[in-house]
Amino acid sequence: MSSPEKWTQPGPDSPPATAATPTAEQVIAGLRATDEGGADLVQLLTPEGERVEHPDFHLDISGEELRGLYRDMVLVRRADREANALQRKGELGLWVPLLGQEAAQIGAGRALKPNDMAFPSYREHGVAWCRGVRPTEILGMFRGTDNGSWDPVEHRFHPYTIVIGNQVLNAAGYAMGQKFDGKVGDADSEATMVFFGDGATSQGDVHEGFVWAAVYDAPLVFFCQNNQWAISEPTERQSRLPLYQRARGYGFPGIRVDGNDVLATLAVSRWALEECRQGNGPILIEAFTYRMDAHTTSDDPSRYRLSDELEMWKLKDPIERVKVHLVKQQWADQAFFDSVEADAEELAVEMREFCVNLETPPAGRIFSQVYAEGNPVLEAQRDEFLAYHAGFAGGEH
Amino acid sequence: MAAPTMDRSASAEPSAVQTMTIAKAINNGLRAAMEANPKVLVMGEDVGKLGGVFRITDGLQKDFGEQRVLDTPLSESGIIGTAVGLAIRGYRPVCEIQFEGFIFPGFDQLVSQVAKLHYRTQGRLKLPMVIRVPFGGGIGAVEHHSESPESYFAHTAGLKVVSCANPADAYWMIQQAIDSDDPVLFFEPKRRYYEKGQVDTTAAPAPLFQSRVLRSGTDVTVVAYGPMVRTSLDAAAAAEDEGRSLEVIDLRALSPLDLAPVYESVRRTGRLVVVSEAPGESSIAGEIAAKVQQECFYSLEAPVLRVTGFDTPYPPSKLEEEFLPDLDRVLHAVDRSLAW
Repeated sequence: MSSPEKWTQPGPDSPPATAATPTAEQVIAGLRATDEGGADLVQLLTPEGERVEHPDFHLDISGEELRGLYRDMVLVRRADREANALQRKGELGLWVPLLGQEAAQIGAGRALKPNDMAFPSYREHGVAWCRGVRPTEILGMFRGTDNGSWDPVEHRFHPYTIVIGNQVLNAAGYAMGQKFDGKVGDADSEATMVFFGDGATSQGDVHEGFVWAAVYDAPLVFFCQNNQWAISEPTERQSRLPLYQRARGYGFPGIRVDGNDVLATLAVSRWALEECRQGNGPILIEAFTYRMDAHTTSDDPSRYRLSDELEMWKLKDPIERVKVHLVKQQWADQAFFDSVEADAEELAVEMREFCVNLETPPAGRIFSQVYAEGNPVLEAQRDEFLAYHAGFAGGEH
Repeated sequence: MAAPTMDRSASAEPSAVQTMTIAKAINNGLRAAMEANPKVLVMGEDVGKLGGVFRITDGLQKDFGEQRVLDTPLSESGIIGTAVGLAIRGYRPVCEIQFEGFIFPGFDQLVSQVAKLHYRTQGRLKLPMVIRVPFGGGIGAVEHHSESPESYFAHTAGLKVVSCANPADAYWMIQQAIDSDDPVLFFEPKRRYYEKGQVDTTAAPAPLFQSRVLRSGTDVTVVAYGPMVRTSLDAAAAAEDEGRSLEVIDLRALSPLDLAPVYESVRRTGRLVVVSEAPGESSIAGEIAAKVQQECFYSLEAPVLRVTGFDTPYPPSKLEEEFLPDLDRVLHAVDRSLAW
């Protein structure tokens, strides 16, 4: 029996990112296949800082708004670099850099409205910023004094989730709740956005999240930052297909956006969230970006990827293109850029001081808030521990 | 059908005793097993080019190729679930779970399939697979990187569970686990990865499922496994300075437990302290206490005492020293036992 090619081969429109292996030229150049986002990539601001139109996604943006996005990205990058430096100085046990993903996170984060909900993984420092979480509030979990100190209800920003993909199902459930509460389809409607990476798309929880959100028509935007690397494994290890194309199999739209383009990310995220608020969710956004630093400060990317690749992505830097555009449009002058730099430096100082002054909680804190309604067995353990600990304090041991 | 046996004569080193870390010992053990049997596969996240986040599989993909050292998709259920299929097909997969806190997506496969397939098929299927799990705390890590979940698996009929505590055991136990026709959870004490010791590469110190007396003593028996073995040995050295003689036993096997040496020891000392990082409720430490009181009731001079992690979530790293048993807590329990 013949096997028509259309059933067995990827379509001619498939972007080069579908290739399981790079071309010979790309190998020689030290690059992998996924340096180009392909024909479906939504872009509104080129790496050279030129505005381009897209047939489906329009964005009217003022100079003031663009200056705001620029400031967000610069401050978030500065906070990220400061935290990285604090880890290098031994003040943090670990840091998870976001370097290179500022546009993806600020674009998505600024598309969220106050009543929307966001579920991060553990690299979403830029989204946290947009939700009103101070960078200082993230430091505790990396210094080891807490597990994240922000109020997830107040900020509508869930705690960081380290186990890969777990939060996607949690977000699907939250979005189902928004729908059950009648918060879809009217003026005060809400949506949820969940953040995860390319690696997470291999986890069962993520696939189950796709299924659940789809069958309950949940107002959920799946925001996948494809930063090309799951520690040492390239995205080709997770998928044959560009990730955004997976959505079709679950019955909802999938869109690939230039994750280094804050305008495109903002426009696509706004559209997707509004569609969800009006009852047309869920939607998958794949933000095509690049992890410019290590997976974490414990990682050494030189063992598995070539520096040429990083150099190539530096040309697509998410902040530089906005700066160029601001200058070209004469929407910002040197005084503006200087003031942003000064704000960034002030933030860095605040983080340093906050970090080194973070206090280790008192003895016995580990027994608190394990249960909402208490547990007599644990309370007995705590009392025994405190008596033991007091023995040390009194020098009796 | 008998398991393919490993011919180690080819890889036996002329100079039999070498000094190496636990990390290197597991690496060498994996290499020896892969050389001996082409059906041995290593699979997990980042185990190939990177050599694993702890470099336990360093160099293996380079030497054995991508079909024997698989950088898998990021999916623990996938790693363990496909290993079941590979094992049924005649391979001997060695799965790496990057940190113990990430094993739970694979828990269903472990409990529902790995543990039960031999039983459900009246022995027609065997699952010669190893699941390597770096476990335990003390490394200043973020959440899900410092836990001790071994009791869940020891509680599951059909799984065998072991833990190494020194380089010689690391080198040999990983090979013995790969040789086993039963699925073995292999818990590696990650905070001890870089501690060195001597490894005799010509002879295994003991069979896989045997506990070992590491230090003889007369006053109190201390039983531990994994990372707490070093802590217990340090406690014994400190106790000696105070004129107390502790006998330290490394369990090595957590399921099935090999408690005969413990009973023999407790009948002499009359006292037992069980040390484990895992929370104490419904734990391996509790199981040992129950069995020892049953078998050694008339010999006991004091109740069996447990020094364990508390029954809280593993705390933020600045607080982990409160959570983790340490030398002082072991000695405190020894004092209490002796004062009973």
